Amino acid sequence: MSPGPLASAVREALAEVTDPELPVLTIEDLGVLRDVTVGEDGRVEVTITPTYSGCPAMDVIRRDVERVLAGHGWDGAVVRTVLSPAWTTDWMSDDGRRKLREFGIAPPGPVAPVGAVAVDLVRCPRCGSAETRLVSRFGSTPCKALRACRRCLEPFDHFKPL
Amino acid sequence: MRNETPLDTDVSAYAVRLGDDALVLAQRLAECSSRAPALEEDIALSNIALDLLGQARALLTYAGEIEGARGPGGVPRQGSRSEDDLAYLRSEREFTNCQLVEQPNGDFAVTMARQLFFSAYQLALYRRLVASADATLAGVAAKGVKEVAYHVDHAGGWVVRLGDGTDESHRRVAAAVEQLWPFTHELFEADELTGRLAGAGVGVDSSELAIAWKEHVGGVLSEATLKCPPFGETAGWRPAGGRRGVHTEHLGFLLAEMQHLHRSHPGAKW
Repeated sequence: MSPGPLASAVREALAEVTDPELPVLTIEDLGVLRDVTVGEDGRVEVTITPTYSGCPAMDVIRRDVERVLAGHGWDGAVVRTVLSPAWTTDWMSDDGRRKLREFGIAPPGPVAPVGAVAVDLVRCPRCGSAETRLVSRFGSTPCKALRACRRCLEPFDHFKPL
Repeated sequence: MRNETPLDTDVSAYAVRLGDDALVLAQRLAECSSRAPALEEDIALSNIALDLLGQARALLTYAGEIEGARGPGGVPRQGSRSEDDLAYLRSEREFTNCQLVEQPNGDFAVTMARQLFFSAYQLALYRRLVASADATLAGVAAKGVKEVAYHVDHAGGWVVRLGDGTDESHRRVAAAVEQLWPFTHELFEADELTGRLAGAGVGVDSSELAIAWKEHVGGVLSEATLKCPPFGETAGWRPAGGRRGVHTEHLGFLLAEMQHLHRSHPGAKW
């Protein structure tokens, strides 16, 4: 991370880039925005990392970042995609988790050791009950599982720990 | 800039091999989209396909970059292949995926048994590949290992439910295990390529994955009240050859469907 007025301005501008499937979350909330640097020649470089290997939202996010950078006149700005270190839901900001819950999606719990599936207590984002059950490990997007609440009986999405 | 070394050629071939496994299985699973037995399963299979497709894209893109980046004399080569060139413009004999992934979906028991066998292999492989001296392969593995953990958990859960379910579901999943088991031996066959890459700390000696795989899959089969067929030298029919481009008749049909649009309309984008 390189502090400085231009890098801060870029970060501020990128706050309008959200996940197309989760419009309440900015790419910074998600932990997809890894770095913003400004070279000695003033060239802006933005580093992002994909959530899931095949998530189609990544293509949209990359285009949106490029559009915002071009819109602000940061010519020659480069958007770099890195795979390593691998994205984890542990990078999601507290603010992001709160926004997710308010949006009706249960936020991810802590991540299990590598190669294992986390078994965590998931609370219903509507009524807060911990009495919920897994309907399917896979949901409407790669990052979500389907659950249902035993108390209020509502189905809901759960952002899987990864 | 340095010259392309024999190691680069090996890494490129290895990335294609891993990428082909993921791509072919992604295509197979995509066949289930809109026709899985239940809506939740439709979504699950499509999600697994998407994860595998993402891994395939990263691996094939990387293989093409290595090909193109360093020609003789360190001069960037003309005509290096993109992920699309590799996916859509190679013939059946140029695909180096294992034969397991090209096997047809069959009934749901076959689809799940194939997924369990392959994902347990991929999990063991990626767990080791995260320590590869090649940063890109290590990066793909580090991302993939988390995704595959969900795939194997999902498939294993179904194999247990089917095996320990009704007489009919038990009979079907037992038949699926028997049908696909011969194709699992190939997963653990080391060859010169894996030997050289394991020696260089870049790849994984496939034969070393067998123990972890057998323990994992054996545990699931036992919980599913299914018999674990013989493993290793005592096994009977051991089809192989996928890594050398020798495939079962099913791959040609799969590729015809996957490639025809790109071949009929070169460069088509949407």
